[in-house]
Amino acid sequence: MSTVTEQSPPSATSSAAQSPARQTLRRMLGNTSVRVGGTIALLIVLMGIFAPFLGTRDPSDISPKNRNKVPGYEATIRDYDGNKIPVVYRMGSDTLGRDVYSRVVYGARTSLIVGATVAVLAIAVGLGLGLVAGYFRLMDGIIMRVMDGMMAIPAILLAIAVVSLFSAGLTSVIVAIVVAEVPRVVRLVRSVVLSIREEPYVEAAITAGTPAPLLLLRHVLPNTVAPLIVQGTFIVASAIIVEAILSFLGIGIPPEVPTWGNIMAEGREVFQLFPHNILYPGAVLALTVLSVNMLGDGLRDTLDPRFAKRV
Amino acid sequence: MGAYLFKRVLATIPVMLFVAVFIFLLLRLTPGDPAAMIAGDFANDDQIAEIRENLGLNEPLWKQFGIWLGDVLRFELGQSFYYKKEVKDLILNRIEPTFSLSVMTILLTVMIAVPMGTAAAYKQGSWFDRIIMGFSVLGFSVPVFVIGYGLIYVFSVQLGWLPVQGYQRLEDGFGGWLIRLILPSLALSVIFVAFIARMTRTSVLEVLGEDYIRTARAKGQTETKVLMRHALRNAAVPIVTVIGLAIAVLIGGVVVTESVFTIPGLGLLTVEAVLNRDFPTIQAVILFFSVVYVLINLLIDISYTFLDPRIRY
Repeated sequence: MSTVTEQSPPSATSSAAQSPARQTLRRMLGNTSVRVGGTIALLIVLMGIFAPFLGTRDPSDISPKNRNKVPGYEATIRDYDGNKIPVVYRMGSDTLGRDVYSRVVYGARTSLIVGATVAVLAIAVGLGLGLVAGYFRLMDGIIMRVMDGMMAIPAILLAIAVVSLFSAGLTSVIVAIVVAEVPRVVRLVRSVVLSIREEPYVEAAITAGTPAPLLLLRHVLPNTVAPLIVQGTFIVASAIIVEAILSFLGIGIPPEVPTWGNIMAEGREVFQLFPHNILYPGAVLALTVLSVNMLGDGLRDTLDPRFAKRV
Repeated sequence: MGAYLFKRVLATIPVMLFVAVFIFLLLRLTPGDPAAMIAGDFANDDQIAEIRENLGLNEPLWKQFGIWLGDVLRFELGQSFYYKKEVKDLILNRIEPTFSLSVMTILLTVMIAVPMGTAAAYKQGSWFDRIIMGFSVLGFSVPVFVIGYGLIYVFSVQLGWLPVQGYQRLEDGFGGWLIRLILPSLALSVIFVAFIARMTRTSVLEVLGEDYIRTARAKGQTETKVLMRHALRNAAVPIVTVIGLAIAVLIGGVVVTESVFTIPGLGLLTVEAVLNRDFPTIQAVILFFSVVYVLINLLIDISYTFLDPRIRY
C-alpha cells in the first residue's frame, strides 16, 4: 500500500519503467472499475464546466406559456432582444416553464462543487485531528470520545441539525456535510497512525530524536495518502447524495439555484402527470454517484489492497 | 458476563452525554434570541423578557444545561414552537408509521440480503456472484428518493397496482397498512440490501475456508446443512454488527422515504420542524433517533453472547 509514497528521486528513475509510482499508476489505469467510473465521472465534470456550450439556455429563465411540457416539446420563445427563437425542451419543462435539460446540465456544477469541497475540507480537518489523536495519547481519549458522540447521531440528521442553524445556502450545506463526514476520516487516519507507530522505522526515528511534527510529516503522513484518496472518493459520492437529499427536502440550497435535488423537489407536486422532472435529474444523479463509487472501488483495490480485504 | 454488561452500558454514557451537549447547544448556538423566536413577530419586549425568564435563559449556560438535562430525563421535552403542543405528544403520535416502516424494511432486507450474500459467496467468482456484487455497487449509488419515485412511477402510475403515497394506521386495517408500506420499505431496503449482501458474502466466504466446513462435508453433510448450520451460523456475528451500524443509514433513509411517500412519521416531523425552525422539536427528534441508534447497537453487542457461545467476556 505504500508503493505510491516510496518514490525514488526523480533523477534516478528517468527511465521510469520500474518506478513504483508509475507501476501503481499503470495498475490503476488497468482496473476496469477505475476506467469505467473515471470516464463517466470525467464526462460529468466536463458537462458541468462546459454547461453554457451544450445547447442549454439560461436555467432560471421562466416561460409561463410553456409550463409542464413533455420531453421533446418544441416552442418559440423571445430572447432578451425580443427576437423569436425556436427552442426544443429536450427533457421537458417544469411548473414554471424552465428548461429541465438546461437545469440538469447546470445542476452538475453545484453537485460537483459540493462533492469536491466537502471531500477536501473533511480530509483536511480529519487528517489533522486523526494525526493528533493517533500520535498523542493524551488527546486520543478526548478527540475520540467527541467523534464517538458525533457518530451516534446519524449522518443525515447531523447535517440537518447543522443546516437548521444557518440560513439555507451553499456554505451551510457544505459545512453541514463536512461536520457529518469528519468523524469517519478521523477514525481512518488514527487507525493508520496507530499501526505505523509500531513500525521499526518509526521507532528508529523516535530513537534518533526526530521531533514529533517532523516525524508525523515525514513518516506518518505519506502512509495516509493512499487510504485518504480512496476515502476522499467515497466522501465525494456521499456528499453529492446528501446535498441532493437536503435540497430535495427543501432545507438545502435555495430553490432558485438549479441543483438536481431542487429540480426533483419542484417536480414533486406534478410527478404523476409529468414524471420527467424527477426521473431525468434522478437518473443523472444516480449515474454520477455510481461512477464516483466505481472509481473509489477501483482505487481501493489498486491503491490500498490492505483495506480492500477488510470489506 | 455481568461485569461486561455493566462496562458496556457504562461506555454509552459519555457518548450520550456528548449527544446531549450537542443537542442542547443547538438552540443556544442559533443566531438570534431563542426567546424572541418563541414569542413570534408580534411580541413586545416585556413578553420576550418574560419568556426568557420562564425558560431560564438568564441563568448561566451550565445551569441551563443541568435544568434541560433533568427535563429530558423526565421526558419533559418542551413545547413545539410551531404546533404549540407538547413535543412528547408529537413524537408519540408519529412513532407508529416510522416503526412500521423500519421493521418492514429490516425484515425485507434480511430476507433478501442474507440468502443473496450467502449464495454469492457459495458461487464465488461466478456470473451470479458478479451480478450480486454489481447490484450492491448500484444499490449504494442510487439515492433512496430516486428509487422511491422510480417505484411509484412503475407500480403506481403505470401499472396502478399499489397506492401512490400515504399511510394507514394499523388499527384501521391490516391490508391497507401493509399495501401502503410495500413501496416505501422496498425503496428504503435497496441500500440496506446492498450493504448487508456484501457483508454476508465476505463473512460467509471467510468461514467457508475453515477446517470445520471441510470436516462437515467429509462426514457427508448435505450442502444446505453445511451452509445453514455451519457457515451462516458462524458468519452471523459480523452480519449482525453491520445490521446495527446500518441503522444509522436506515434512520437517514426514513427521513427521506417518509417525505417521498408522505408518511406522517418522525422523519416527516423532522423535515417539517427544520422548515419551520421549530427547535424544541428538532432537538427532541434528533435526540430520540440517536438514543434509539445507540440502544440498538448496545443490544446487538450484548446479543453476541447468545449468537456465539464462544464469546465470553
